[in-house]
Amino acid sequence: MREFRYRRPTDVDEAVALLDADPDAAYLAGGTNLVDLMKLGVQRPDLLVDVNRLPLGGVEPLPEGGLRVGATVRNSELAAHPVVRRDYPVLARALLAAASGQVRNMATTAGNLLQRTRCFYFQDTGKACNKRDPGSGCAARHGQNRELAILDWSEECVATHPSDLAVALAALDAVVEVAEPEGTRDVPFVELHRSPGEHPERETTLRRGALITAVRIPPLPAARRSAYLKVRDRASFAFAVGSVAAVLDLDGDVVRDVRLAYGAVAHRPWRAYRAEAELRGRPFTPELAGQAADAELAAARPLRHNGFKVPLIRAVTVRALTELAESRR
Amino acid sequence: MSAGAVGRAHPRLEGPEKVTGTARYAVEYPLEDVTYGWAVPAAAVRGRITRIDPDPALAVPGVLAVLHHGNAPRLSPDVEPELYLLQDPAVHYRGQLVALVVAESIEAAREGARQVRIDYDTEPHSTVLTADHPGLYRPEKVNPSYPTDTSEGDFDAAFDAAEVRVDATYRTPAYHNNPMEPHATTAQWRDGRLLVHDSNQGSTAVQAALAELFGIPRDSVRVISEHVGGGFGSKGYPKAAVVLASLAARQVDRPVRLALTRQQLFGPIGYRTPTIQRVRLGSDADGRIAAICHDAISQTSTITEFAEQTAVYTRSMYAAPHRRTTHRLVRLDVPTPFWMRAPGECPGAYALESAMDELASACGIDPIELRVRNEPTVDPDQGHPFSSRNLVACLIRGARRFGWGDRDPRPGARREGRWLVGTGVAGASYPARARASAATATALPDGGYLVRINATDIGTGARTALWQIAADALDVPPERVTIRIGDSDLPPAGVAGGSMGTASWSWALTRACQELRDRLGHHSGSLPPEGLTVAASTADEIRAQKPMARYAYGAHFVEVRVDAETGEVRVSRMLGVFAVGRVVNPTTARSQLIGGMTMGISMALHEEGLLDERYGDWVNHDFATYHIAGCADVEQIEAEWVAEEDSDLNPTGVKGLGEIGIVGSAAAIANAVRHATGVRVRDLPIRLEKLAGSSSFT
Repeated sequence: MREFRYRRPTDVDEAVALLDADPDAAYLAGGTNLVDLMKLGVQRPDLLVDVNRLPLGGVEPLPEGGLRVGATVRNSELAAHPVVRRDYPVLARALLAAASGQVRNMATTAGNLLQRTRCFYFQDTGKACNKRDPGSGCAARHGQNRELAILDWSEECVATHPSDLAVALAALDAVVEVAEPEGTRDVPFVELHRSPGEHPERETTLRRGALITAVRIPPLPAARRSAYLKVRDRASFAFAVGSVAAVLDLDGDVVRDVRLAYGAVAHRPWRAYRAEAELRGRPFTPELAGQAADAELAAARPLRHNGFKVPLIRAVTVRALTELAESRR
Repeated sequence: MSAGAVGRAHPRLEGPEKVTGTARYAVEYPLEDVTYGWAVPAAAVRGRITRIDPDPALAVPGVLAVLHHGNAPRLSPDVEPELYLLQDPAVHYRGQLVALVVAESIEAAREGARQVRIDYDTEPHSTVLTADHPGLYRPEKVNPSYPTDTSEGDFDAAFDAAEVRVDATYRTPAYHNNPMEPHATTAQWRDGRLLVHDSNQGSTAVQAALAELFGIPRDSVRVISEHVGGGFGSKGYPKAAVVLASLAARQVDRPVRLALTRQQLFGPIGYRTPTIQRVRLGSDADGRIAAICHDAISQTSTITEFAEQTAVYTRSMYAAPHRRTTHRLVRLDVPTPFWMRAPGECPGAYALESAMDELASACGIDPIELRVRNEPTVDPDQGHPFSSRNLVACLIRGARRFGWGDRDPRPGARREGRWLVGTGVAGASYPARARASAATATALPDGGYLVRINATDIGTGARTALWQIAADALDVPPERVTIRIGDSDLPPAGVAGGSMGTASWSWALTRACQELRDRLGHHSGSLPPEGLTVAASTADEIRAQKPMARYAYGAHFVEVRVDAETGEVRVSRMLGVFAVGRVVNPTTARSQLIGGMTMGISMALHEEGLLDERYGDWVNHDFATYHIAGCADVEQIEAEWVAEEDSDLNPTGVKGLGEIGIVGSAAAIANAVRHATGVRVRDLPIRLEKLAGSSSFT
């Protein structure tokens, strides 16, 4: 691999300044994705800025309710946090459904959100990929694309976002705290990731050098009954073939509030707003859940190998919501 | 054999070294002045290299050399086309290792490999196996030396006349051997002699190949393979890594370490060929089979012919007066397929044992009963008697242990919440053979014994089993015996492959130990300081064996649950019952058997090389995307064996059990999935969409 320099600042401003000054620099957190990609030559930073010594750990309950999760909190730590387990089971389950125990002990909250797609063609420098090498083409569009997008893809890119955690955070309307050279700002989670469009190499709305410092999860009492269902090709240590994060708040039989997000269907964690709109204010039935999924998936454009994802996501939507509805009775 | 070590459970002798990390593997020997190699794969599928520019690689700090066909030391062209590496500009498949960078550090070598610039003249390529490929041909024989086609009676007439007929085509994808330790070598030349520490399944063959390739005497080559982290067949013959490292070490005149990457294991080391198999069975209404036909298609490369013996399994498994088997091959622009755990039997049994299940359904009889009704009395292929055949015993014992008797045969009848539950069974067989080997046994003046044979322990427990066998043959407690294996300086022996390791090696060891006991019986006075050594070889004895049908047998029982909506499959229970002759060490035997069965789960549900025809290679070439069954996929698994005495095998009475565990296992899973859902999957792996998308799926 390319020789690189390594820095380990203890101060956020210093870290951001280092990145800002060097267009080939990259942040290193858990290393569970970046180091692999460096070995493969997919990413070739000349400077690694290790963020593990920054004061970005800890999970704090917020005064107004909800949680603030530091950027370097490990996935395993977050999944085991008692407030997460009690108030946000969707989050704990999404975390525990991901990767392996060893990887979860290393992977961080912010790093998980910024992991790169598992598209075969992105991972192999011998193949065309607009995300890795803009303008080279998208080999996946007409290649082996069973795992890839059914929604919101472009001719330039059909990749999916691989994170489970991100799907739960999309459903929970989390907020991302970001440090930039100009100062700090909040980014609504659903605005963090981009659609591929003509520039799949740009995966987030963050400017270069920006550093995620924390993720805030707002209070959502209904999330105490929430679910994350992940379908995968083997029982553990596999990326999702399709996944659903769901929060369901019923007033009697009537849907007072609902949050739905899909994983492994698009370039970004997919918040299913259309499905939510179908459900809100109506008496819940499994049939209604199916109609809601249909409304969301009406825009689906399956690729050659992944048409099955449409009925699969529908079935998992119905299951997740129905199980939540039944758990109230 | 009064000491009685054989048959007792014993942990691996080298277990403490392995779990404490002190066991040394091929690239772990401390070595001064060592350098690191990194192989460069071809980016073209078919064509020729027109230019190699090593300068950008040589500019990387620490890079010492770039070897390629234009500058590498010359090799003999007469050994094996696969090993004629860096000798000519021809490219036969994408990923072929066409250059090697040597550097002071592994990181510099890897970066250097990225920087080598290679231009190609390319030609159109063909990399996808199809049943109507214009290049299909009939090979002269199939591996290792079976007839390509066989025919008895009049299959066509008997099949046409049969009351019940099954005619089905089954497909298996490319499967990739992925031992935990990759193909890896440390090579060093000293005074014209070549010393390699190498990861392989048999270093006698590696020594011979290197000597011929480099044109030096065999005794100028030493190959040490003390510990080997798996092979699954792919290290059964010398492969690219050991040759490349040896070339490089000669070129830079320093020791070279080379370990292939995980990605490079998907191709250059071989893989299980994809297969397309048509099986036809014709029976009467009671399931008595009159006609069996198995037509198998597989692929080979343009480099050399590899003819998987896919349909050979069907020749001897079940009785039928009218039978036919055929093999056809096509040469594609792909890496050469190679051995992978039970080559031939494994894919072949998936097809035949699935077809047997289909026939049982068509006849409306129990699939175990169907197999019992078609049990042959002599080998249907050659007419020889069986040395022992306990398939039925395995089926009956397994049925009892598994609770088969309560089974409702109707598909889709059992539902537990979201899960559809089903059970399946399959038979299994694997040849019990032996290869000529040599061994020595030494009595030492201190009362100890030393036995020596160039056997290889690839993680199976072979070292421990042989130590137990030697102790019994010497009639001494095993603590007094020291065993040395894994070094080509030891008496030559066959590979750890074909389930022949223990049978072959224990034969030579037993003969040496018996002879030593005789000699000691006539010896008076104290032993000389170097001890008393006798040597034995089994070549004559094995050649003189009378022709018989010698096979291990087994029966797999599987319970699956299938998510009724998503199609996800989980294997809830798996039981294998085997007839494998004498079991030397129950601990390691069980490990081998459940390992094979687990690989069968992997084959049935997970593994699949996904080829992209445009690029001509498998795109899922890593462990994140080429799934292998993990612990969570193996919920409850048991292996047992029936007591079996067989005096027509070898002195120890072992049949070998490295491969039988995988044979038939994928069929048992597919049969259970059919029972759970009503859906018959005839193309592996059983992905969820093949179930969730079916109209008969509820």
